[in-house]
Amino acid sequence: MSTAISTNTQTTVEWFYACNVIDVPPNGGVCVKYDDVQIALFRFARRDAWYATQNLCPHRQQMALSRGMTGTHNGEPKVACPFHKKTFSLEDGRCLSDETECSLTTYPVKVENDKVYIGIMQEA
Amino acid sequence: MKIVIIGNGMVSYKFCEKILSKLPAQAAEIVVFGEEPRPAYDRVHLSEFFAGKTADDLLMAPADWYASNHITLHLGDPVQQIDRSNKTVHSYKGITEAYDYLVIATGSSAFVPPIPGVDKKGVFIYRTIEDLELMRDYAPKAKRGVVIGGGLLGLEAAKALLDLGISDTHVIEFAPRLMPRQIDESGSRILEQQLKQLGLQVHTNKNTSEVLGDETITGLQFADESILEADMLVISAGIKPRDELAKLSGLETGHRGGIVVNEHLQTTDPEIYAIGECALYHGMIYGLVAPGYEMAEVVASHIAGEAQQKTFTGFDMSTKLKLIGVDVASFGDPFVSAETSRSIVFEDTMKGVYKRISITNDGKYLLGGILIGDADAYNMLLQTSKNKVVLPPNPEDVLLGSRGGSQEAGPGVLGLPDDAIICSCESVSKGAICGAVEAGNETLDAVKKCTKAGTCCGGCTPMVKDLITGTMKAQGKYIRNVICEHFAYSRQELYDLIRIKDVRSFDEALDHYGHGDGCEVCKPVVASIMASLWNDMILDKGNDVVQDSNDRFLANIQKGGTYSVVPRIPGGEITPAKLLVIAQVALKYNLYTKITGGQRIDLFGAHLSDLPDIWEELIEAGFESGHAYGKALRTVKSCVGSTWCRFGLHDSVSFAIQIEERYRGLRAPHKIKSAVSGCIRECAEAQSKDFGIIATEKGWNLYVGGNGGSKPQHAILLAADLDSETCIRYIDRFLMFYIKTADPLTRTATWLNKLDGGITYLRNVVINDSLGIAEELDKEMQALVDKYKCEWKEVVESPELRKRFNHFVNAPGAKDPTVKFDNMREQKKAAEWK
Repeated sequence: MSTAISTNTQTTVEWFYACNVIDVPPNGGVCVKYDDVQIALFRFARRDAWYATQNLCPHRQQMALSRGMTGTHNGEPKVACPFHKKTFSLEDGRCLSDETECSLTTYPVKVENDKVYIGIMQEA
Repeated sequence: MKIVIIGNGMVSYKFCEKILSKLPAQAAEIVVFGEEPRPAYDRVHLSEFFAGKTADDLLMAPADWYASNHITLHLGDPVQQIDRSNKTVHSYKGITEAYDYLVIATGSSAFVPPIPGVDKKGVFIYRTIEDLELMRDYAPKAKRGVVIGGGLLGLEAAKALLDLGISDTHVIEFAPRLMPRQIDESGSRILEQQLKQLGLQVHTNKNTSEVLGDETITGLQFADESILEADMLVISAGIKPRDELAKLSGLETGHRGGIVVNEHLQTTDPEIYAIGECALYHGMIYGLVAPGYEMAEVVASHIAGEAQQKTFTGFDMSTKLKLIGVDVASFGDPFVSAETSRSIVFEDTMKGVYKRISITNDGKYLLGGILIGDADAYNMLLQTSKNKVVLPPNPEDVLLGSRGGSQEAGPGVLGLPDDAIICSCESVSKGAICGAVEAGNETLDAVKKCTKAGTCCGGCTPMVKDLITGTMKAQGKYIRNVICEHFAYSRQELYDLIRIKDVRSFDEALDHYGHGDGCEVCKPVVASIMASLWNDMILDKGNDVVQDSNDRFLANIQKGGTYSVVPRIPGGEITPAKLLVIAQVALKYNLYTKITGGQRIDLFGAHLSDLPDIWEELIEAGFESGHAYGKALRTVKSCVGSTWCRFGLHDSVSFAIQIEERYRGLRAPHKIKSAVSGCIRECAEAQSKDFGIIATEKGWNLYVGGNGGSKPQHAILLAADLDSETCIRYIDRFLMFYIKTADPLTRTATWLNKLDGGITYLRNVVINDSLGIAEELDKEMQALVDKYKCEWKEVVESPELRKRFNHFVNAPGAKDPTVKFDNMREQKKAAEWK
């Protein structure tokens, strides 16, 4: 299963291997190290969907989103930061509980042979 | 326009507030003279000064409120002369102020009966904060305290003596009954009996003839020749209007005191008004704050020249109060004669409840009544009598509730007419409250802000809440208390469903009773319910991801993303050897250490991946999880008790340890704190806990529903003089009942405040088994106790669970490189966040 991958003339996606499916708790998240970048990876087992965002919560600059609780609001997947319960959409990264808050960077995810890959946009 | 106000008490303050709101900004120059050294404070709640409130807490408004509203306030400077022909006043400190309007709000002083010896050392009056400070300084020397006066204020003063730690306190009343103005003899008997249980001896029909002793009081001599030894006396036998200045200025005053006023509260000089307890209207002094506020409103409206002039036409003197934990209320005319009315009386000497209502001969209208021991129905009855609401066919239903049928007794607060006054302190009508709700103020706070209802004594709060709910319902708004969009049930409903279906994981709960994926609201609720029901390991069965973040990692997340670790130290007792282990662990893992408020030690700044190693060492040394991260029993604090303390009655430490070990790991709708004190000095502060235990001569007193935090609340006595076994049984039932019925994230204090029937109902459930569920509650609690395991021990022993404590899934063991610390006082602290 994989999510849509956007490619156009300017950018390409470079996929890196993050972990195995079994390493990620169903309906939970983990933090993935990609060089110096920390990425929060979420597994929605009930709908067989994967999402990835920056691990840093923009509110207080805490590396915590991967430890946040996942859920949905009117069907839209979201994560709540464990610090102050700000919630962010996992589809486009916007803050759902505070319009003035910065949005999260999101990353595409794909799963092949029980291995999870996260896509990084590369400028062509 | 220039307005001078003499006196700075509650009514004076209220007048300032009202006149400011009625006049354009700075249209009037306002000058206030106060005799006391501090600005107006809340005298109604004076006894709370001994229950921990400071003088500042009691202020009606801070000193700078006056300045910021352009009011000149002269404190500690009473007016000594009014020059009516020149319209000026002269103060003690020599200030002269001219006035256009003068408002006298000098209040009253304590009436001291002319008994020989009242000037002796150890004799006090109960009126101002200064009086209270004198009492507080003297009380530690006193063993037996006596109050002369069994009225409202006298009983308040007696409570103050109890609060000061004088457990041997007596009340002397000249009349044959307590509170002779408010209640009848049967009511007084029940009240006396209840007060006696709380350590207060009442002597009625006693005429004090002399205060005994040389310089210092040693006792009281009565006219019947009996003697009562005492080393502290408080006189609270009534009030005396402060009318001396008015008298001196040639204004008319009453025979027994009070400045004569008309319906505009004007004195015999129409430019001078008198309001509050110094004013005499139709031969009556109104010694309560609500009529004082009404007078302030009338005068402010008169001076401001409002189109709709209000007048003062007397005031309903109905009252409801909690006297030393006992409800006492009287409303309407409590003493209607037998010819013009019939009465319905309910008396229960077992529970100490007395209720009497008087109704018209035709059974249609309620005239008045008295409630002792249980005054929950007060507001409703008051409004029923005031607004001449027609009684139900069986009028006793309004007293006893409808029995046997399912329909409600009477139409409730929603059946009142729009002009029914709901908040009598601020004169807010039902119509005003409903209007505010319709305009979108749909929470209690919003309605309070908008209408001021419930902001003074708070007695009308339950009715305001009912009006909010009722109005919203009438608008067709859905106000069922459901958890969130994923579960259309209340917590209590979900608790029962999960129990019946034996649901053990969040996914199962969602499959059976919910829809969608869940969220950060319902997940921890379901997790908590399952933990309360089954006490399974909370990280098993995929439930780790539905725990609140702290529960998921069995530690408290702190600034910077590190965690803190709190090992259980039951009752706050710890051996030096164990202290050494904590020190070694803290040094090894570079942790900041601090003693907590709950007599434990908190170790801060632990990396996620270090948590299992830290706990492995702690568990090896005999520690176990302190559940500081959970909505669970936290700590059972204790004083040192009878093993060392020269005052201790029982071994509070051993009992605290026994209790902490019984309920450790118990998960609930919110955190639970407890404490055990070895004597009435209450060093463990048990009355601020969800459940607190205080040793008495005969056993333990059990208090429930206390709270610290932002809205502190004292716990209420559930049962007295219990043996240890009974005490634990009652705690079992109390906690289990709370766990079963409370809303999510509701502390016991809030739960008890919302519980229909309050402490009386709870007592019935826990002690008298009124619901027939006591055995079930006992069994359920025992099952939870038997199933307890230290969850950290389970993690330490499971390689699978230990894996979850890595920061990076693809770099196990590597720590979060962004974690930063600073130094402070030879330890570390989290780097400040942005």
